[in-house]
Amino acid sequence: MSASGPAEVILEVESISLSFGVMKVLDNISFDIRRGEIRSIIGPNGAGKSSMLNVINGFYHPQQGSITFKGETRKQMAPQVAASQGIARTFQNIALFKGMSTLDNIMSGRNLKMKTNLFWQALHIGPARAEELVNREAAEKIIDFLGIQAIRKKPVGKLPYGLQKRVELGRALAAEPELLLLDEPMAGMNSEEKEDMCRFVLDVNSEFGTTIALIEHDMGVVMDLSDRVLVLDYGKQLADDVPDRVRANQKVIDAYLGVPHE
Amino acid sequence: MEPKEPEPVLDTFPKLLHSHVQLRPEQDAIREKDLGIWQSWTWAEAAIEIRALACGLAHLGLKRGEKLAIIGDNRPRLYWGMTAAQALGAVPVPLYQDSVADEMAFVLDNADVKIALVEDQEQVDKMLEVRDRCPRVEHIIFDDTRGLRHYEHAFLHDFESVQQAGIEFDRDHPDFYDREVAVGKGSDVSIMLYTSGTTGNPKGVVLTNDNVIITARNGIIREGLTSQEEVLAYLPMAWVGDNLFSYAQSYVAGFCVSCPEDATTVANDLREIGPTYYFAPPRVYENMLTQVMIRMEDAAALKRRIFSYFMEHARRVGVRILNREKVALKDLLLYRLGDILVYGPLKDVLGFNRTRLAYTAGEAIGPEIFDFYRSLGINIKQLYGQTECMVFICVQPDGEVYADTVGTPAIDVEIKIDDNGEIMYRSPGVFQSYYKNPESTASTKTEDGWVHTGDAGFFDEHNGHLKIIDRAKDVGKLNDGTLFAPKYIENKLKFFSFIKEAVVYGDGRDFSTAFINIDLDAVGNWAERRNLAYSGYIDLASLKEVYQLIKECIDKVNRDLSEDSRLANSQIHRFLILHKELDADDGELTRTRKVRRKYVGERYDILVEALYSGKQQCHIETRVTFEDGRTGTLAADVQIWDAEVYPAVTLSQDAAA
Repeated sequence: MSASGPAEVILEVESISLSFGVMKVLDNISFDIRRGEIRSIIGPNGAGKSSMLNVINGFYHPQQGSITFKGETRKQMAPQVAASQGIARTFQNIALFKGMSTLDNIMSGRNLKMKTNLFWQALHIGPARAEELVNREAAEKIIDFLGIQAIRKKPVGKLPYGLQKRVELGRALAAEPELLLLDEPMAGMNSEEKEDMCRFVLDVNSEFGTTIALIEHDMGVVMDLSDRVLVLDYGKQLADDVPDRVRANQKVIDAYLGVPHE
Repeated sequence: MEPKEPEPVLDTFPKLLHSHVQLRPEQDAIREKDLGIWQSWTWAEAAIEIRALACGLAHLGLKRGEKLAIIGDNRPRLYWGMTAAQALGAVPVPLYQDSVADEMAFVLDNADVKIALVEDQEQVDKMLEVRDRCPRVEHIIFDDTRGLRHYEHAFLHDFESVQQAGIEFDRDHPDFYDREVAVGKGSDVSIMLYTSGTTGNPKGVVLTNDNVIITARNGIIREGLTSQEEVLAYLPMAWVGDNLFSYAQSYVAGFCVSCPEDATTVANDLREIGPTYYFAPPRVYENMLTQVMIRMEDAAALKRRIFSYFMEHARRVGVRILNREKVALKDLLLYRLGDILVYGPLKDVLGFNRTRLAYTAGEAIGPEIFDFYRSLGINIKQLYGQTECMVFICVQPDGEVYADTVGTPAIDVEIKIDDNGEIMYRSPGVFQSYYKNPESTASTKTEDGWVHTGDAGFFDEHNGHLKIIDRAKDVGKLNDGTLFAPKYIENKLKFFSFIKEAVVYGDGRDFSTAFINIDLDAVGNWAERRNLAYSGYIDLASLKEVYQLIKECIDKVNRDLSEDSRLANSQIHRFLILHKELDADDGELTRTRKVRRKYVGERYDILVEALYSGKQQCHIETRVTFEDGRTGTLAADVQIWDAEVYPAVTLSQDAAA
């Protein structure tokens, strides 16, 4: 979205390979994510998209390659480092606290922003109280942003699927991430819910300047939203380009539609 | 003798605002829930905001007589936009926020809007879409900046930047605002409200400050409203009722108005605010009641029993207690106990704990819904009104509330019924004209200020209340010359839960007859409880037990009609239960589920003839359209039954007895 020249690279992935036993999940993948862009990763089932996200936020440890985030190069990430450095994510299968309210779930995303200790928090006085006010305001801004005021106090487990996805996005946003990893945020949604979610992704990007890495199956969505698209197939990198050129790429078309075996 | 300085005349909204700043500067004027917390502005604070905005609008070039469109949900800043425009002598034109771009384009163009004040990106996008069709719109001001950061049009302004420019303008022209306010007078145009209009294009109803303020004040006097009322502004700002209840009456009486957090949170906000003064169309009351009943079904057995015991008690005596009639001491005490155990908590959940006055209007409300709320002690009353007179035509007086009337004329309102049965009125609220539409103005308003309502009705002989029976053009006559109002009878029938739709015929005939559609769920449930087997709608509709059930409903309606000498002749003599459900796909209903009486009559002309021929049965084959678009034929033998017809009860007989 930046007007002049390519922006600074926030994350660089270099020659990453990941195997589980003999199964090669990612094979020598290299790409970068620039600050402020919406970067999509697409590919057929089993292409290694979610694994790639798991490598970025330190859940999987690759056998080869390196990850450079904000100028710091590591062999591998650790989840707590990723989180404290400003990477947040949502999951393909919703991972919320079902018994807790929308507000509490979003507040839980503020966890890393809270500095007071358990003692003050348990008494709910002094610095803990002031801190809670600040964090509650931040959570309320997210609730307002996502238009979920009506479900503020509802237990998340009772909400329809589309709204749960929205709450999950809210929790990720609560951490005020610099890089937001979204794993199929629109899976299983009807077209109206998808439209809403697209709107939120674009608004997060333009309002907060958050960099977004997006895995998505809906091609229309990906091509509309993304600045650049990385295509994976069976752990290999098929293409990495702007949406229009990816759309025209024969290898990508073959991977999606299949090629006749002679 | 030195003449005393005359009392300032409070004949415009900016002058009213100023008077509240003098009288009650620290009292809340308006509230909005934002980030989960109610934020409020006192009258003094609101006045500062409005002054800055008015000067900002002047800075953008808004002049006396020019139009400011206002589009969005109920927000303090949008209400301030109304007063700010009025301070300059400009005219606010609120638009329905959910109208599509095309509808918006028509009104923006028709009203000669110069500046639009809109809520958010959604509305800005619509404005941009229609901009080339409305070249006279020079500026767009938006309240919520979200998503608009990257819009780079020079004619787009952020609300705060307009106010900032206004503050600077005010500094350079310190007399400007006060001078403009002083010039305003009661006969100036206050607001233009577009009627949604079921046919043709919407019409802009031009109302002056006098129209609005005098009508608002009369309403306040009649109901004894004070500056301490609490009101929730949740109905569209473009609707005349919202302008009266949430704007005009607030400015006249000085009470506080609260704006909900979001359209989806209204029920919750209602409960938090606990309004003392409330308006809702019948379907809102209906939905609330349904929600209560569904939740009670899920409650524990003990709670359910307590609930139904006390609700039954309320049904017996609640309405009489509300009307201050005498009831036995035992009943009164039991009612007080019920108030602690059931009615109080229930009203709290609904947000009616403090409600002194609740209005409903717009369409007929079911008597059992009406009685449910009244039996809880909620003073819900019906009113009858129109945009053309700033709402009030008739209101039900306290203690004289009936489900089937709209009450007696409001203060200063004259009503007459013309020869065709159409209701006409004259009042201080009567509009000036339809904007740029002299033909419609002439056909609606007579030279001497009488307005045609388009509704047919009459004054009830027993209580002197006005009864609305139908749209005037739908009212016909039976062959003996008596009035025939099909919708009035159909509504009466549809209040029974067993009857889903009813179509009544009788215009140009000797007597009335009816087609009935049973409600599959309600009648099906009833049949199951009686172990009546049926295979589907057609089968159920032809059971003689079901016919008997429907006959009892019709008999009750006939008995009701017989009590009114004007309508006694239109009792239903014969009826049948249709073999299929009326369906919009077959063109029998409109998309908004209103029966197309004429079309149904043509489509089933054999059945109509059978009703008038004395046959007991009629064979019919009908082409139907299934949901997937295929068509097929439905054949059935429809029975025709006679209903009980009662002799007319007239007032003189009453007196004799």
